[in-house]
Amino acid sequence: MYEIRIHSRGGQGGVTAARLLALSAIHDGKYATACPFYGAERRGAPIVSFVRIHDSPIKIYSQIKKPDMIVVLDTSVMDVVDVLQGLKKGGKVLLNSAHQREFPGFFTSHVDLTGIALRENLVVAGGPILNTPVLGALAKMGIISVDSAIKSIREMFADERNVKAAEAAYREMSA
Amino acid sequence: MKKIATGNKAVAEAVKQVQPAVVAAYPITPQTEIVEQIAEFVSTGELKSRYIPVESEHSAMAACIGASITGIRTFTATSSHGLLYMHEMTNWAAGARLPIVMANVNRSIGPGWNIWAEHTDAMQERDTGWLQVYVSTVQEAYDATLMAFRIAEHKDVLLPVMVNLDGFTLSHIMQPLDTIDLGEFIPPMHLPHAIDPKNPAGYGGLTGPDQHFKFRWDIERSMRDSVKIIGETEEEFAHRFGRRYGFTEDYQCEDADVVVVSMGTLGKEAEVAIDMLRKEGFRAGSMRLRWLRPFPKLNLKGKEVVVIDRDYSFGFGGILATSIQAQQKTDVYSVIAGLGGQEVTYEDIANFIRERRIGEEFWFGVSDHV
Repeated sequence: MYEIRIHSRGGQGGVTAARLLALSAIHDGKYATACPFYGAERRGAPIVSFVRIHDSPIKIYSQIKKPDMIVVLDTSVMDVVDVLQGLKKGGKVLLNSAHQREFPGFFTSHVDLTGIALRENLVVAGGPILNTPVLGALAKMGIISVDSAIKSIREMFADERNVKAAEAAYREMSA
Repeated sequence: MKKIATGNKAVAEAVKQVQPAVVAAYPITPQTEIVEQIAEFVSTGELKSRYIPVESEHSAMAACIGASITGIRTFTATSSHGLLYMHEMTNWAAGARLPIVMANVNRSIGPGWNIWAEHTDAMQERDTGWLQVYVSTVQEAYDATLMAFRIAEHKDVLLPVMVNLDGFTLSHIMQPLDTIDLGEFIPPMHLPHAIDPKNPAGYGGLTGPDQHFKFRWDIERSMRDSVKIIGETEEEFAHRFGRRYGFTEDYQCEDADVVVVSMGTLGKEAEVAIDMLRKEGFRAGSMRLRWLRPFPKLNLKGKEVVVIDRDYSFGFGGILATSIQAQQKTDVYSVIAGLGGQEVTYEDIANFIRERRIGEEFWFGVSDHV
């Protein structure tokens, strides 16, 4: 079982990112579930959502406490939330950032999803869309296949700019 | 077709396929997504229902009753306080023998105000004459909603059916969903006592002490007959679509010394606990109760029984635990856990089984208890 926790702010599309990631894993022939943690969410507040990927049906509904991977769509939440909490030793961290950061004991990657979204003019209500480009980065990291990522994006969004942004993230992702 | 959907969307998908003539509903967290999705299907023409947005849940059920008595298919969805606000009308629906189907997203009752999963809402409806099924996956929410219409409308049943799914834990989780082409699985609805303007008749008039008990007995007779119809429907569903359901979902129960009984998503999480315990050489099994009404004869003979109740009847006990004790004529270990969305993991469930004290009651998380 591979468990991923996604950190974002309400309205940035973290829940949709979780859904797209789970759908991509299902297209890869795996089983997946995605769930948001529901509390008193509101626009702009730090939120988390979870994805589980497995080779057989997933029966666990309780929250992920020891994730294998952390995705941070908005690094400003790191000022108020310990995003590394519970992350397994040697676990992966994906940051939406133009700059690399290191966390001892973990493998960190980064890609400027915000920059890509702005460049592709992928902006809704004044904010860049991060949930489709992040799939490209996750594909580069081997969590899902590129084909499944693009297929999932096309199933949910008619606008091809989403696919272009995901492809850009895949190309520009740090190794 | 490979899809991903929440429990709520799965219910709405099923409703779209069944095409009820009338949907009357009022939004309430965490059920709102069901009626939103249905409203969207109606607006795009995918669902040809008359959608009646009402001012309350009491009115939602009243509108379903009014529509159903004309012999047409009806659906509604609710949760928690919404369900309790309907209570007078849920009794009427069953008493008038109307095959209304309702999805109830199980949520606790306030105060304190809480929007998370608990079964007490539906449990408070258990004596109304509604059939009640509890599901544990997105796929099962879809499948059970489809089957609910066929069961409710069967001539030997003609009682309303409530499909229960855990608030947030299931209503909002996204899982794979395989939608099916229903074909002739659900025959057209035929209500023998439908209103016919050409043949006027009175309904719900004064029924004296010499008659009323006969109507009550008739509900019970149909409830008993529904056991066979549920079995036949689930068998036919398995035959046509390849997914098999029953009154319970038994996991490693056959050779088990201890069986944990629960409902809803906890019943799936319990299977992971069983896998863990089996690896330790512990002969344990899980029985997930699907149908609360009609309550099935459980096969627990010779087992030690641990019951997890996500509900409570104050002054008596866990509703499932006390029901099973009465039926099995034996003591169980009664665990009260998961109230108001309290987190219960498979590790917790494994501990309930390991540390069972048959004959006692344990409130999970209440440290100074027993």
